[in-house]
Amino acid sequence: MRGYLVLRVIAKLLIPFILVFGLYVQFHGDFGPGGGFQAGVIVAAAVIFHALIFGLPRTRRVVPEWVVETTVAAGLLLYIGVGIAGMLLGGTFLDYSILLHDPVHGQHRGILLVELGVGITVAGVMLMIFYMFAGRTRTPHSEK
Amino acid sequence: MTTTLINTVLLLMMAATAIGIVRSRNLFAVVILGSLYSFLMATIFLVLDAVDVSMTEAAVGAGISTVLLLSTLYLTRSEEAKPIHNPLLPLAVALVTGGLLMYGTLGLPEFGSPDSVIHQHVVPRYLQQGPIETGVPNVVTAILASYRGFDTLGEVTVVFTGGVGVIMLLRRRWRSDRKRSEK
Amino acid sequence: MNVLDLVNYWIAMMLLVTGLYIVIARGNLVKKLVGLSIFQTSVYLIYISPSKILGGTAPIVAPGLDLYSNPLPHVLILTAIVVGVATIALGLALVVRIHEAYGTIEEDEIHAQELDAE
Repeated sequence: MRGYLVLRVIAKLLIPFILVFGLYVQFHGDFGPGGGFQAGVIVAAAVIFHALIFGLPRTRRVVPEWVVETTVAAGLLLYIGVGIAGMLLGGTFLDYSILLHDPVHGQHRGILLVELGVGITVAGVMLMIFYMFAGRTRTPHSEK
Repeated sequence: MTTTLINTVLLLMMAATAIGIVRSRNLFAVVILGSLYSFLMATIFLVLDAVDVSMTEAAVGAGISTVLLLSTLYLTRSEEAKPIHNPLLPLAVALVTGGLLMYGTLGLPEFGSPDSVIHQHVVPRYLQQGPIETGVPNVVTAILASYRGFDTLGEVTVVFTGGVGVIMLLRRRWRSDRKRSEK
Repeated sequence: MNVLDLVNYWIAMMLLVTGLYIVIARGNLVKKLVGLSIFQTSVYLIYISPSKILGGTAPIVAPGLDLYSNPLPHVLILTAIVVGVATIALGLALVVRIHEAYGTIEEDEIHAQELDAE
């Protein structure tokens, strides 16, 4: 993709907007369509777009593998952490009403944190799967 | 009436795409037709008022799935061999199953009626109490994250396990692979 | 139920059966996985179709609207879609490894190689 000037310029212009749209879908999932899964896939799609245009080694330098591996686990840890925080504050597992002064606000904060955890894990897993597939070289058996 | 009609037109287009996938032997064409199929499915979900599902299906089906299938085609070959078995038995099994399912649809509720059984019992409670109890207007997010939060925890664990499985199958240690090939 | 409703449901069932036919009748592993994905997507459609209420709107509560479509199948299918893509990704990783081990992704040729090796 080195010689295609239009594609590179458009990619540089579009990728920040795609990332911002992903964050919008994540945090406005409470008030409109959206939520964790969709936002995670959109953010992963933005990084995959970067890898398709600029090449996988350059994307590996921008988003290294250890960052992606950390996000895969961090999202699930956040989700379970919210559950255990409910237990530590005196309620049952995944009880959101305890988290703040008021049950309704507690529920809202719990939903926000849980959706964030879901979004982080889904983005990490989709990106990790792409890195694994795209980083593998063809063997001599493959199509000639 | 127009909703049902739009639905029928989109479903007929999807049926044509599915038959194209069955008949085509060029795997690249099969993957692109599969992406088209997912896109039409996302449109049908939108017509059926399932906006969250439509967004997820468009992003996941027409996006991520297509990228993964194309990467697999790059790593393997992209032509399907001519089928040598007689397709009569699978066709018979498929037709009998289809016939039984079509007989079963006679018991389904009328399309779009608000009196069917699935709209009673627990769903009116979610629709009325959901925004009041959780403060979140999107009832789907409220059910997903709060009322049915355990299911979502299990689902995130399944996605995590799938990712770990793919890492275990396809990870390559770059430097040690080079050393092993030099020996 | 009038004819148009029946036709809608029947086409959804036909899509399910097409996916099933691809899985059991074709030997190429990648095509089997595409057939499995068609099967899964038609099941989502069969779940979401009865949840629509004619004259209703998307289940996002807003002042001025009072008839909403059923949100419960949407929740179940959201989970199912993401789990489905994780399954397909794992299946494709297995296909890549099978190709590296046997040199082919056709079921008959893999079976023949296994029988020769015994």
